[in-house]
Amino acid sequence: MRHRALALYAGAYLAFLYLPVLFLPLFSFNDSHYIAFPLSGFTLRWYQALAADAAMLQALSNSLKVGAVTALLSTLLGLLAAKAVTQYRLRGKGAMLGFIGLPLFIPDIVLGIALLLLIAAMGVPLSLATVVLGHLCLCTPFALAVLIARFEGFDRNLEEASADLGEGPLMTFRRVTFPLMLPGIMASLLLTFIVSFDEFLIAYFLSGTEATLPVFIWSQLRFPARLPVVLALGALILLVSVALVVLAEVLRNRGLPPDKTRIGA
Amino acid sequence: MAAKTAAGGNDAGYLLIGPALGVMALALAAPLALLFLYSLTRTTGPVLEGGPTLTHYAEVLGREGYRALFWRSLGISALVTAATVALAYPMAYFVAFHAGRRKFLWLVALTIPFWTSYLLRVFAWKVILGYGGVINSGLMAAGLIAAPLDFLLYNPFAVVVTLTHAWAAFAILPIYVSLEKIDRTLLEAAADLGDSPLRRFLRITLPLSMPGVIGAALLIFIPTTGDYVTPALVGGPEGAMIANIISVQFDRVGNWPLGAAMALSTMAVVAVLAGLFVAAARAATRAAR
Repeated sequence: MRHRALALYAGAYLAFLYLPVLFLPLFSFNDSHYIAFPLSGFTLRWYQALAADAAMLQALSNSLKVGAVTALLSTLLGLLAAKAVTQYRLRGKGAMLGFIGLPLFIPDIVLGIALLLLIAAMGVPLSLATVVLGHLCLCTPFALAVLIARFEGFDRNLEEASADLGEGPLMTFRRVTFPLMLPGIMASLLLTFIVSFDEFLIAYFLSGTEATLPVFIWSQLRFPARLPVVLALGALILLVSVALVVLAEVLRNRGLPPDKTRIGA
Repeated sequence: MAAKTAAGGNDAGYLLIGPALGVMALALAAPLALLFLYSLTRTTGPVLEGGPTLTHYAEVLGREGYRALFWRSLGISALVTAATVALAYPMAYFVAFHAGRRKFLWLVALTIPFWTSYLLRVFAWKVILGYGGVINSGLMAAGLIAAPLDFLLYNPFAVVVTLTHAWAAFAILPIYVSLEKIDRTLLEAAADLGDSPLRRFLRITLPLSMPGVIGAALLIFIPTTGDYVTPALVGGPEGAMIANIISVQFDRVGNWPLGAAMALSTMAVVAVLAGLFVAAARAATRAAR
């Protein structure tokens, strides 16, 4: 009976996690400017307004660009570093890993203003490139964590077998190493993209006049009349995030033995 | 692993980790060093005119208003950390020990809400707790209250509830991982030797899962102390936290050195508290075994 109480608790906990989030899509279809019960009827006009919003579309495009560049660069950095950490004996490995992982233990506000100071001191104008720099700092630890886990399950005998059978280093990489690492690389790309796409505070300080999507959303939250449109946007982000997360998890766990199946960063 | 012991092989290793270290030096170490330098300047300019000064630190520590804000931020974060970990523990326990073959499904279900926009997750609580929001309009429509309850939003309580929801995944995952690692035969042995379920939990499961609990607490306490979005959206004047006042120094008032001193003080205090917490938790775990 103890288990039944625990299962009940688990259900209640799931409700606590989901209910607040589900109000976003619910009220995005509600035919009223006010986010309140009772519901006044079904409408798609907030979605139509959203599709016609040029500033939002520009911010979306900015966020997609920043997210894609951040994901590619941080995954590349993470890939090289993960290979170094798992396959070579490095002196000061712990210190180096700690240094790369440090951003996880520093409040975003500190990272944001510190980078703002550096960029101002160097006389570089704020742009999407400066946002990418900030996001690299945040995302590289995630990429490294995902890829180290993947390398640790990597059987180096396969590479050696390939070499013994006469393949050169390049072909070994193309036909053995890369395909084996691909699920990990894809998972890292998706995770870092999502982290960058969702990041607000660092982008808020570093984005200058080109707003990313969270910075745009922030600017909209001040206007009550804009709220239903923001909710529609939130519902769409929810839908796409869910699809991406499920994809990332499926990719990350593919090919790993069941006991290695993990989740999260 | 043994194949790469030659010196040449290791050089390649340093070359591989080099780019990541370089980017971190530029995007992390250099900015933090500059932040420190700024916190010692007299003027709002970038140069160290007239030598370094500790005026800004004195102001941060000396002014009553700032001190109160510091304490409130730490208090809110500590509450959030305790609530999040306490609520997540039974959940993680259920998944690790009783979810059976649906374990993976549970984990995905628990992490999905966490990947929706942080900004909008926080905003959802403003919608829920607001004066004309979901709870008030719902209760009024149901005829349970005559006038909206005004104590739900714009106070520290709203900040704690919202952050507890927003950071749930950071507690569930580390605790789950450490519970999952526990050798089940230890529990069987304890049962065979006559330990009650409660005693087994207190003497085996809980101590062995402490690394996950400590990790979760750090992952939540450190970032939430510096959270900006939640106090700004649902905190109101009484729920404002340190990050809100730091950002003001870089926005309107424009006292960058003071802002830098505040940011570094926050980081230092949080680091010291986190270190003390880890030491205390480890000692407690050793004592329990």
